Amino acid sequence: MKAMNRRKFLKGSLLGGAAASVISKSRNADASATFGGYPEAMGVLVDLTRCVGCRSCEAACNKEQGLPDPSHPFDDLSVLDHERRTSEGAYTIVNRYEIPGQDHPLFRKIQCNHCNEPACLTSCFVKAYTKTPEGAVIYDPTVCVGCRTCMVACPFYVPAYSYSSVLNPVIKKCIFCYDTRLKFGRPPACVEACPREVLTFGKRQDLIKIGHQRIRNYPDLYEDHIYGENEVGGTSWMYLSSAPFEQVGFDTDLGTQPILSYVKEFLTVVPMVLTIWPALFAGFHLLATRKDAQKKEEKSEKS
Amino acid sequence: MKTLIAKGKTPVATHYSPDKTKFSIKDKLLLGLSLSEYLAQAFRNPFNWIFAIIFIFGGYVTVTRFLFGLGYVTHSSYDYPWGLFLGWGLFTMVPLSASGFMLGTTVEVFGRHDFKPIERLALLNGLLGYLFAVIFLQVDLGQPWRLIYPMFVSLGPAAVLFLVAWHVATYLSVQVAELVPAFAEWAGMPKLKTFVKSIILGLTIAGIILSTLHQGALGALFTYAPGKVHPLWYSAPFQWFHFFCSSIFAGLCMLIVVSTICKKTMAWRADNNFLDNLDSLTLGLAKGATLALITYLVIKIIAIAHDGDWGYLASGWGQWYMLEIGAGVILPMILFTISIRNNLAGLARFAALIAVLGIALNRLNTALFTFNWKLYQEIPHWREVVICITVYSLYIVTYRFILYRLPILYTWKKDEVVESP
Repeated sequence: MKAMNRRKFLKGSLLGGAAASVISKSRNADASATFGGYPEAMGVLVDLTRCVGCRSCEAACNKEQGLPDPSHPFDDLSVLDHERRTSEGAYTIVNRYEIPGQDHPLFRKIQCNHCNEPACLTSCFVKAYTKTPEGAVIYDPTVCVGCRTCMVACPFYVPAYSYSSVLNPVIKKCIFCYDTRLKFGRPPACVEACPREVLTFGKRQDLIKIGHQRIRNYPDLYEDHIYGENEVGGTSWMYLSSAPFEQVGFDTDLGTQPILSYVKEFLTVVPMVLTIWPALFAGFHLLATRKDAQKKEEKSEKS
Repeated sequence: MKTLIAKGKTPVATHYSPDKTKFSIKDKLLLGLSLSEYLAQAFRNPFNWIFAIIFIFGGYVTVTRFLFGLGYVTHSSYDYPWGLFLGWGLFTMVPLSASGFMLGTTVEVFGRHDFKPIERLALLNGLLGYLFAVIFLQVDLGQPWRLIYPMFVSLGPAAVLFLVAWHVATYLSVQVAELVPAFAEWAGMPKLKTFVKSIILGLTIAGIILSTLHQGALGALFTYAPGKVHPLWYSAPFQWFHFFCSSIFAGLCMLIVVSTICKKTMAWRADNNFLDNLDSLTLGLAKGATLALITYLVIKIIAIAHDGDWGYLASGWGQWYMLEIGAGVILPMILFTISIRNNLAGLARFAALIAVLGIALNRLNTALFTFNWKLYQEIPHWREVVICITVYSLYIVTYRFILYRLPILYTWKKDEVVESP
């Protein structure tokens, strides 16, 4: 019995160590809860009222990122007839939305929104994602295992996966042209390519001011909301629209909490279980077997 | 095997044959039969023919997944990154394998040695379930050869999946250790057994901790997708507890189901200690499962109340939800109660089967059916289904292989008992 106790103690101290490491993890998580984004982070303000759906941004992205040739050329606007999403071959796409009561459709460009607190990043168990101080959410394909939790976690359905690759399938998504442009302070390729100034590149904090300024100047034109200012903790790419956002394909039920805050309820349980369970169940064991132990003692006394 | 026993053969359960020669490992592997006898009985079994067909065709399809990539065997959905491999192989297999830590706790921690005859079956059920969950995961991962990356290469410790990976890996080794005594008896290595016996309490408690956390963590994985899982199957504060609590009765009910199959199909391998006690043990397990079921039902209702999801119950999804709860939780609960009151082990076995199906429905609902409830419904590719059946068949065959040999259902006879007469 004595030997058992010593082992139990050793076991407990091992687990204690594990617990300590987990506690320090959740401390990191807490720190990120109050994280409102890097102050110098860049962003893009997308003004849907200006977009005519020319797909220049798609073409520019394709060229800049060295993506495969599309099945339909970029000047073929018939692809707008059905709703599309980002894929392994297209990091950004434009969709058309008919708005009831308006004589012209609205077009919405979709790409990674580069969240302040990205769900993909917080759900990744190999730290393949990084939020850079410049605001981009970049991805390291050399460590990716391919569990695709980031695709489950992304509230915007952005990351795609190169399923067709046998030996090196990886996540494919917009990286804000980080390697080739953003790192050097230059706007991403799609922004430069836009002929209608739909996309405004700048510091995220300035863009929020610009957005509200536009809404103030033309209150009849714009919905009084910048999508992405607060959604899931704020995003680097933000949108202005003349129609209610749910009519342009936006999910308006996402809330303002970062996705991580929903997971924290579980993460706080982890250190509790790690520290309380060993003592609790060892105690149960002693309680449940106390009669056996007594009998044994009596026996040894008799003999 | 039954016919062979009728002819006077006895399955190996000792180190020495009746004429006192020591059994070799080959004898033990062939169950004390000659090679031709062994093959003859294997060919006689119609199930083996079914397995052969599954392995030839399914094995081919499984190989194509590694030759042509995931895109060849799945729909390569960006919206449904997790399909049947994880929905069934991970999220359903793992709770059904909770039996190991449940019975370990009952016997070793709570000192209920009356459950001893079924403890090893529970441990084996746990070990194999986890092992094959990992195999399913390896089929699903884009780059399975990087499985150890979260352990050693690039660590993302704040992620829920990180916890799952570490805990499942650790727990697998704990379960192997817990089953070492059975292997040591069979292989004739008594020192190994004594060593493991001395640390069994520590192992069991480690098992409880790891199980609580990774069963819960599998639920918590879905808390990353608040807008995607239907609100009736989603509850940020309760998700981990739903998954943990349901794994308790899932593991116990799976154990009842597996022990029933063992009793029906390999009674020759089981000894009286197992067969005679099974009915009362089944009812004992049913009691535990009923307690877990009622807890689960209450916490499910509390979650709806807490999140304010009552309105959804009136929708079509709500009816589907009530069907899952009604048929998968309340019905087995009632049947268990009747069977315990009236001492009906048969009814308890039927109830356990329903509960197992209910838990499978719950996990598939969360991972696949109600996932992306605002989008379209994904129907898995037929190759995905074939691979699932193949891997699961491999699980059954491995399970059977071990049950035939190691002293799981029977007690290894002490050498001197054989030598004395």
